[in-house]
Amino acid sequence: MKELSLYILDIVQNSITAGAKNIGISITEYDNGMLQMKVTDDGCGMDEETLNQVKKPFYTSRTTRKVGLGVPYLIMAAEQTGGRVVINSRDQEQYIDDHGTEVTADFNSRHIDFPPIGDIISTLSLLIHTNPNIDFYFHHSSPTGSLKLETKEMRQVLGDVPLNTPEVLEWIKDYLTEQYSTL
Amino acid sequence: MKTLAELVEIRDRMKEKVALREGLGDKRIVVGMATCGIAAGARPVLNTFVSAINESGLSGTVSVTQTGCIGICQYEPVVEVFEKGKDKVTYVKMTADKVARIVEEHIKGGKPVKEFTIGEVK
Repeated sequence: MKELSLYILDIVQNSITAGAKNIGISITEYDNGMLQMKVTDDGCGMDEETLNQVKKPFYTSRTTRKVGLGVPYLIMAAEQTGGRVVINSRDQEQYIDDHGTEVTADFNSRHIDFPPIGDIISTLSLLIHTNPNIDFYFHHSSPTGSLKLETKEMRQVLGDVPLNTPEVLEWIKDYLTEQYSTL
Repeated sequence: MKTLAELVEIRDRMKEKVALREGLGDKRIVVGMATCGIAAGARPVLNTFVSAINESGLSGTVSVTQTGCIGICQYEPVVEVFEKGKDKVTYVKMTADKVARIVEEHIKGGKPVKEFTIGEVK
Protein backbone atom coordinates (compact mmCIF):
# COMPACT_ATOMS: atom_id res chain seq x y z
CA MET A 1 0.00 0.00 0.00
CA LYS A 2 1.23 3.44 -0.86
CA GLU A 3 -0.18 5.39 2.07
CA LEU A 4 -0.65 4.94 5.78
CA SER A 5 -4.23 6.10 5.29
CA LEU A 6 -4.84 3.03 3.08
CA TYR A 7 -3.55 0.70 5.81
CA ILE A 8 -5.98 2.40 8.17
CA LEU A 9 -8.85 1.88 5.72
CA ASP A 10 -7.90 -1.78 5.44
CA ILE A 11 -7.52 -2.44 9.18
CA VAL A 12 -10.84 -0.71 9.92
CA GLN A 13 -12.55 -3.15 7.50
CA ASN A 14 -11.73 -5.87 10.03
CA SER A 15 -13.49 -3.88 12.76
CA ILE A 16 -16.53 -3.48 10.51
CA THR A 17 -16.59 -7.21 9.73
CA ALA A 18 -16.33 -7.86 13.47
CA GLY A 19 -19.62 -6.01 13.91
CA ALA A 20 -18.20 -2.99 15.71
CA LYS A 21 -20.58 -0.15 16.60
CA ASN A 22 -17.83 2.18 17.74
CA ILE A 23 -14.46 2.52 16.07
CA GLY A 24 -11.61 4.73 17.22
CA ILE A 25 -8.81 5.76 14.89
CA SER A 26 -5.86 7.72 16.14
CA ILE A 27 -2.59 8.95 14.73
CA THR A 28 -0.03 10.32 17.14
CA GLU A 29 3.18 11.90 15.93
CA TYR A 30 5.98 12.38 18.43
CA ASP A 31 8.91 14.79 18.61
CA ASN A 32 11.40 12.00 18.07
CA GLY A 33 9.91 10.99 14.71
CA MET A 34 7.93 8.02 16.00
CA LEU A 35 4.36 7.77 14.79
CA GLN A 36 1.70 5.62 16.40
CA MET A 37 -1.44 4.55 14.61
CA LYS A 38 -4.18 2.93 16.63
CA VAL A 39 -7.50 1.36 15.67
CA THR A 40 -9.82 0.30 18.49
CA ASP A 41 -13.26 -1.25 18.19
CA ASP A 42 -16.03 -2.87 20.18
CA GLY A 43 -16.51 -5.70 17.70
CA CYS A 44 -16.75 -9.41 18.51
CA GLY A 45 -13.03 -9.69 19.32
CA MET A 46 -10.83 -12.74 18.86
CA ASP A 47 -9.89 -15.58 21.15
CA GLU A 48 -6.22 -16.25 21.84
CA GLU A 49 -5.88 -18.89 19.16
CA THR A 50 -7.27 -16.67 16.41
CA LEU A 51 -5.19 -13.77 17.62
CA ASN A 52 -2.00 -15.80 17.31
CA GLN A 53 -2.92 -16.83 13.79
CA VAL A 54 -3.58 -13.27 12.74
CA LYS A 55 -0.10 -12.21 13.76
CA LYS A 56 1.59 -14.91 11.69
CA PRO A 57 1.91 -13.81 8.09
CA PHE A 58 0.76 -16.35 5.49
CA TYR A 59 -0.59 -18.72 8.11
CA THR A 60 -4.10 -17.33 7.97
CA SER A 61 -4.32 -17.22 4.18
CA ARG A 62 -7.79 -17.97 2.86
CA THR A 63 -9.20 -20.38 5.41
CA THR A 64 -9.75 -17.56 7.89
CA ARG A 65 -11.43 -15.27 5.46
CA LYS A 66 -12.45 -12.86 8.18
CA VAL A 67 -8.91 -11.67 8.61
CA GLY A 68 -7.05 -12.06 5.33
CA LEU A 69 -3.68 -10.57 4.52
CA GLY A 70 -4.38 -7.10 5.86
CA VAL A 71 -2.76 -7.53 9.26
CA PRO A 72 0.49 -9.16 8.05
CA TYR A 73 0.69 -6.37 5.50
CA LEU A 74 0.52 -3.76 8.25
CA ILE A 75 3.07 -5.67 10.35
CA MET A 76 5.45 -5.70 7.41
CA ALA A 77 5.03 -1.95 6.81
CA ALA A 78 5.66 -1.09 10.47
CA GLU A 79 8.61 -3.45 10.90
CA GLN A 80 10.26 -2.19 7.73
CA THR A 81 10.65 1.17 9.44
CA GLY A 82 11.94 -0.41 12.66
CA GLY A 83 8.53 -0.26 14.31
CA ARG A 84 6.09 -2.95 15.39
CA VAL A 85 2.44 -3.94 15.64
CA VAL A 86 0.69 -5.03 18.82
CA ILE A 87 -2.82 -6.48 18.77
CA ASN A 88 -4.93 -6.97 21.86
CA SER A 89 -8.34 -8.53 21.74
CA ARG A 90 -11.14 -9.63 24.06
CA ASP A 91 -13.64 -11.97 22.49
CA GLN A 92 -17.32 -11.65 23.17
CA GLU A 93 -17.69 -15.18 24.54
CA GLN A 94 -15.41 -14.41 27.45
CA TYR A 95 -15.92 -10.68 27.79
CA ILE A 96 -19.62 -10.20 27.32
CA ASP A 97 -19.75 -6.50 28.18
CA ASP A 98 -16.25 -5.45 27.27
CA HIS A 99 -15.18 -7.07 24.02
CA GLY A 100 -13.26 -5.65 21.13
CA THR A 101 -9.91 -5.34 19.45
CA GLU A 102 -7.08 -2.84 19.58
CA VAL A 103 -4.47 -2.69 16.83
CA THR A 104 -1.46 -0.49 17.56
CA ALA A 105 1.19 0.10 14.92
CA ASP A 106 4.38 2.03 15.67
CA PHE A 107 6.37 3.49 12.82
CA ASN A 108 9.60 5.41 12.59
CA SER A 109 8.41 8.19 10.32
CA ARG A 110 11.98 9.24 9.53
CA HIS A 111 12.82 5.85 8.04
CA ILE A 112 13.09 5.77 4.25
CA ASP A 113 10.49 2.98 4.06
CA PHE A 114 7.86 4.92 5.96
CA PRO A 115 4.80 5.36 3.72
CA PRO A 116 3.40 8.90 3.61
CA ILE A 117 0.30 9.41 5.77
CA GLY A 118 -1.56 10.23 2.57
CA ASP A 119 -5.15 11.22 2.08
CA ILE A 120 -6.63 10.54 5.49
CA ILE A 121 -9.68 12.70 4.71
CA SER A 122 -10.53 10.41 1.82
CA THR A 123 -10.28 7.35 4.08
CA LEU A 124 -12.50 8.89 6.76
CA SER A 125 -15.18 10.21 4.44
CA LEU A 126 -15.35 6.84 2.69
CA LEU A 127 -15.72 4.99 5.99
CA ILE A 128 -18.45 7.31 7.22
CA HIS A 129 -20.27 7.27 3.89
CA THR A 130 -20.39 3.50 3.64
CA ASN A 131 -21.01 2.85 7.35
CA PRO A 132 -23.44 5.54 8.49
CA ASN A 133 -24.57 3.49 11.48
CA ILE A 134 -21.14 3.07 12.99
CA ASP A 135 -19.72 5.75 15.26
CA PHE A 136 -16.19 6.83 14.46
CA TYR A 137 -13.86 8.72 16.70
CA PHE A 138 -10.83 10.13 14.93
CA HIS A 139 -7.94 11.88 16.56
CA HIS A 140 -4.69 13.11 15.06
CA SER A 141 -2.03 14.83 17.10
CA SER A 142 1.42 16.08 16.32
CA PRO A 143 3.91 18.20 18.25
CA THR A 144 2.36 21.28 16.63
CA GLY A 145 -1.30 20.63 17.34
CA SER A 146 -4.21 18.21 17.20
CA LEU A 147 -7.60 17.67 15.64
CA LYS A 148 -10.53 15.35 16.13
CA LEU A 149 -13.75 14.26 14.52
CA GLU A 150 -16.45 12.51 16.52
CA THR A 151 -19.51 11.24 14.68
CA LYS A 152 -21.44 10.78 17.94
CA GLU A 153 -21.26 14.49 18.50
CA MET A 154 -22.43 15.13 14.94
CA ARG A 155 -25.28 12.66 15.31
CA GLN A 156 -26.59 14.52 18.35
CA VAL A 157 -26.90 17.65 16.27
CA LEU A 158 -28.18 15.95 13.13
CA GLY A 159 -30.96 13.93 14.75
CA ASP A 160 -32.59 11.72 12.09
CA VAL A 161 -30.46 13.02 9.22
CA PRO A 162 -28.04 10.21 8.30
CA LEU A 163 -24.28 10.82 8.37
CA ASN A 164 -23.96 9.83 4.73
CA THR A 165 -26.16 12.64 3.49
CA PRO A 166 -24.17 14.41 0.73
CA GLU A 167 -24.24 17.76 2.53
CA VAL A 168 -22.99 16.18 5.74
CA LEU A 169 -20.14 14.42 3.94
CA GLU A 170 -19.22 17.70 2.31
CA TRP A 171 -19.14 19.31 5.75
CA ILE A 172 -16.90 16.52 7.07
CA LYS A 173 -14.43 17.02 4.22
CA ASP A 174 -14.36 20.79 4.62
CA TYR A 175 -14.07 20.53 8.37
CA LEU A 176 -11.13 18.13 8.22
CA THR A 177 -9.40 20.10 5.45
CA GLU A 178 -9.68 23.21 7.56
CA GLN A 179 -8.45 21.44 10.68
CA TYR A 180 -5.48 19.96 8.81
CA SER A 181 -4.47 23.35 7.46
CA THR A 182 -3.76 24.44 11.03
CA LEU A 183 -2.03 21.24 12.18
CA MET B 1 -14.38 28.10 10.80
CA LYS B 2 -16.49 25.00 10.27
CA THR B 3 -18.65 24.41 13.32
CA LEU B 4 -21.19 21.90 14.50
CA ALA B 5 -23.76 24.68 14.30
CA GLU B 6 -23.65 24.37 10.51
CA LEU B 7 -24.94 20.84 10.90
CA VAL B 8 -28.10 22.28 12.44
CA GLU B 9 -28.73 24.15 9.19
CA ILE B 10 -28.13 20.99 7.17
CA ARG B 11 -30.54 19.10 9.41
CA ASP B 12 -33.25 21.70 8.96
CA ARG B 13 -32.77 21.78 5.20
CA MET B 14 -32.85 17.98 4.99
CA LYS B 15 -36.15 17.65 6.79
CA GLU B 16 -37.96 18.65 3.62
CA LYS B 17 -35.97 16.24 1.53
CA VAL B 18 -36.46 13.09 3.58
CA ALA B 19 -39.24 11.79 1.38
CA LEU B 20 -36.83 11.68 -1.55
CA ARG B 21 -34.77 8.97 0.06
CA GLU B 22 -37.55 6.41 -0.05
CA GLY B 23 -36.51 5.09 -3.44
CA LEU B 24 -32.93 4.58 -2.23
CA GLY B 25 -31.60 1.16 -3.15
CA ASP B 26 -33.29 0.80 -6.53
CA LYS B 27 -29.80 1.05 -7.94
CA ARG B 28 -26.77 0.00 -5.96
CA ILE B 29 -23.14 0.61 -6.84
CA VAL B 30 -20.98 -1.73 -4.80
CA VAL B 31 -17.19 -1.36 -4.63
CA GLY B 32 -14.91 -4.18 -3.42
CA MET B 33 -13.04 -2.78 -0.45
CA ALA B 34 -10.91 -5.66 0.88
CA THR B 35 -7.10 -5.59 1.07
CA CYS B 36 -6.88 -6.50 -2.63
CA GLY B 37 -9.28 -3.77 -3.69
CA ILE B 38 -7.74 -1.07 -1.52
CA ALA B 39 -4.20 -1.92 -2.70
CA ALA B 40 -5.36 -1.77 -6.32
CA GLY B 41 -6.93 1.67 -5.91
CA ALA B 42 -10.55 1.16 -4.85
CA ARG B 43 -10.63 4.18 -2.54
CA PRO B 44 -10.53 6.89 -5.23
CA VAL B 45 -12.99 4.85 -7.31
CA LEU B 46 -15.55 4.73 -4.52
CA ASN B 47 -15.06 8.37 -3.58
CA THR B 48 -15.38 9.46 -7.21
CA PHE B 49 -18.66 7.52 -7.51
CA VAL B 50 -19.95 9.22 -4.37
CA SER B 51 -19.10 12.68 -5.72
CA ALA B 52 -20.49 11.94 -9.18
CA ILE B 53 -23.77 10.58 -7.81
CA ASN B 54 -24.14 13.49 -5.40
CA GLU B 55 -23.37 16.05 -8.10
CA SER B 56 -25.94 14.51 -10.44
CA GLY B 57 -28.54 14.78 -7.71
CA LEU B 58 -29.05 11.01 -7.81
CA SER B 59 -28.18 10.37 -4.17
CA GLY B 60 -31.85 9.84 -3.38
CA THR B 61 -32.17 6.75 -5.57
CA VAL B 62 -28.67 5.41 -6.13
CA SER B 63 -26.64 4.07 -3.23
CA VAL B 64 -22.87 3.69 -3.26
CA THR B 65 -21.62 1.08 -0.83
CA GLN B 66 -18.68 -1.21 -0.17
CA THR B 67 -18.25 -4.93 0.15
CA GLY B 68 -15.42 -7.33 0.97
CA CYS B 69 -13.35 -9.44 -1.40
CA ILE B 70 -15.43 -10.66 -4.32
CA GLY B 71 -12.86 -13.32 -5.22
CA ILE B 72 -11.42 -11.96 -8.45
CA CYS B 73 -8.53 -10.06 -6.91
CA GLN B 74 -6.58 -9.90 -10.18
CA TYR B 75 -9.37 -7.73 -11.61
CA GLU B 76 -9.54 -5.24 -8.74
CA PRO B 77 -10.77 -2.59 -8.30
CA VAL B 78 -14.09 -4.31 -8.98
CA VAL B 79 -17.42 -2.49 -9.05
CA GLU B 80 -20.80 -4.21 -9.24
CA VAL B 81 -23.97 -2.43 -10.26
CA PHE B 82 -27.26 -3.90 -9.09
CA GLU B 83 -30.56 -2.74 -10.43
CA LYS B 84 -34.00 -4.06 -9.63
CA GLY B 85 -35.18 -6.54 -12.25
CA LYS B 86 -31.91 -6.47 -14.20
CA ASP B 87 -28.79 -8.62 -14.31
CA LYS B 88 -25.82 -7.53 -12.25
CA VAL B 89 -23.11 -5.70 -14.19
CA THR B 90 -19.49 -6.20 -13.09
CA TYR B 91 -16.91 -3.56 -13.96
CA VAL B 92 -13.27 -4.53 -13.49
CA LYS B 93 -9.86 -2.83 -13.32
CA MET B 94 -11.71 0.32 -12.47
CA THR B 95 -10.17 3.75 -12.23
CA ALA B 96 -11.59 7.08 -11.13
CA ASP B 97 -11.43 8.19 -14.78
CA LYS B 98 -13.92 5.53 -15.86
CA VAL B 99 -16.52 6.62 -13.32
CA ALA B 100 -17.98 9.57 -15.26
CA ARG B 101 -18.92 7.43 -18.27
CA ILE B 102 -20.50 4.74 -16.12
CA VAL B 103 -22.61 7.29 -14.27
CA GLU B 104 -23.61 9.02 -17.50
CA GLU B 105 -24.30 6.04 -19.76
CA HIS B 106 -25.25 3.29 -17.33
CA ILE B 107 -26.67 4.84 -14.17
CA LYS B 108 -28.46 7.70 -15.93
CA GLY B 109 -28.82 6.24 -19.43
CA GLY B 110 -29.56 2.63 -18.49
CA LYS B 111 -26.95 1.23 -20.88
CA PRO B 112 -23.92 -0.52 -19.31
CA VAL B 113 -20.50 0.55 -20.59
CA LYS B 114 -19.66 -2.79 -22.10
CA GLU B 115 -15.97 -2.17 -22.72
CA PHE B 116 -15.32 -1.77 -18.97
CA THR B 117 -17.11 -4.98 -17.96
CA ILE B 118 -15.53 -8.26 -16.95
CA GLY B 119 -16.39 -9.92 -20.25
CA GLU B 120 -14.45 -7.36 -22.25
CA VAL B 121 -11.47 -6.32 -20.12
CA LYS B 122 -8.51 -8.69 -20.33
